[in-house]
Amino acid sequence: MSDLTGARGEPFTMEVERGKIREFARATKARDGAYLTDPHPVAPPTFLSSAAFWATPESSALDPGAINWARILHGEQEYVFHGPPPRAGQTLVARQRVERTYEKQGRRGGTMRFFVIVTEFRTPDGELVAEGRSTVIETSQAAS
Amino acid sequence: MTSQVAFDPAAVDVGTAIPDFVDSPSTRTDYVRYQGASGDMNPIHHDEEYARAAGFPSVFAVGMLAAGILGTYLADLFGAENVRRFKVQFREQSWPGDAITYGGQVVAVRDGEADLELHATRQTGGVHLLGWATVLLPPAGGS
Repeated sequence: MSDLTGARGEPFTMEVERGKIREFARATKARDGAYLTDPHPVAPPTFLSSAAFWATPESSALDPGAINWARILHGEQEYVFHGPPPRAGQTLVARQRVERTYEKQGRRGGTMRFFVIVTEFRTPDGELVAEGRSTVIETSQAAS
Repeated sequence: MTSQVAFDPAAVDVGTAIPDFVDSPSTRTDYVRYQGASGDMNPIHHDEEYARAAGFPSVFAVGMLAAGILGTYLADLFGAENVRRFKVQFREQSWPGDAITYGGQVVAVRDGEADLELHATRQTGGVHLLGWATVLLPPAGGS
């Protein structure tokens, strides 16, 4: 396989919005009333997955043609916060990169390709706020 | 939803369990609400015909939904501002009607922070996802 490690997407800007946090907190059954009453609530731990709304096709670190999206499974997802998680009202600048790629033999034969994709979220001044780390797996046959 | 159980993050130690949260049986509406909130509109989680054509008996849960519920539950217990790391590994699929139990325990405590191991488990006992987290703890004796 061609080595995609180090491939980067274009930076994109994300506004952390109160209404989106409220919607996300409701969808994930949060009970903390601060999501509804605080004018600047702290984002829930997996909220940055909604960065998809702000990304552009050029933001992806993986060339759409590099992998077979019909065979992609989400293996792991991690968020690391270098201080308090983002709050409503913050502007973040995000950028994706391919941290690592590797292969494993599948249990039913064939080769599975693993891609570890990191999205860095920084303040406009460049301070690192959070990292999202996704491990996606391209299975050797149709995902099941 | 279950009633709120008293939980004191200032009193946790290695081995302290977080109270189980037994969610109501999951619905397609839960999936759709999460997909709208997150922006992941993969039809395999809401379009019955699409899911069957792909070889599945029905739509199935978005893994990030349970990850999100586990994450907000952790934030409800320790304070959203205190979460420093949250990771999940996706295991077996979850299906409409599943009642998922969210729980876990503290596995390490050091310098005002704690590591937890977490899980989201189906009513069958099958593990839907495993989780790991690091949270800041309030000062001992604080309120």
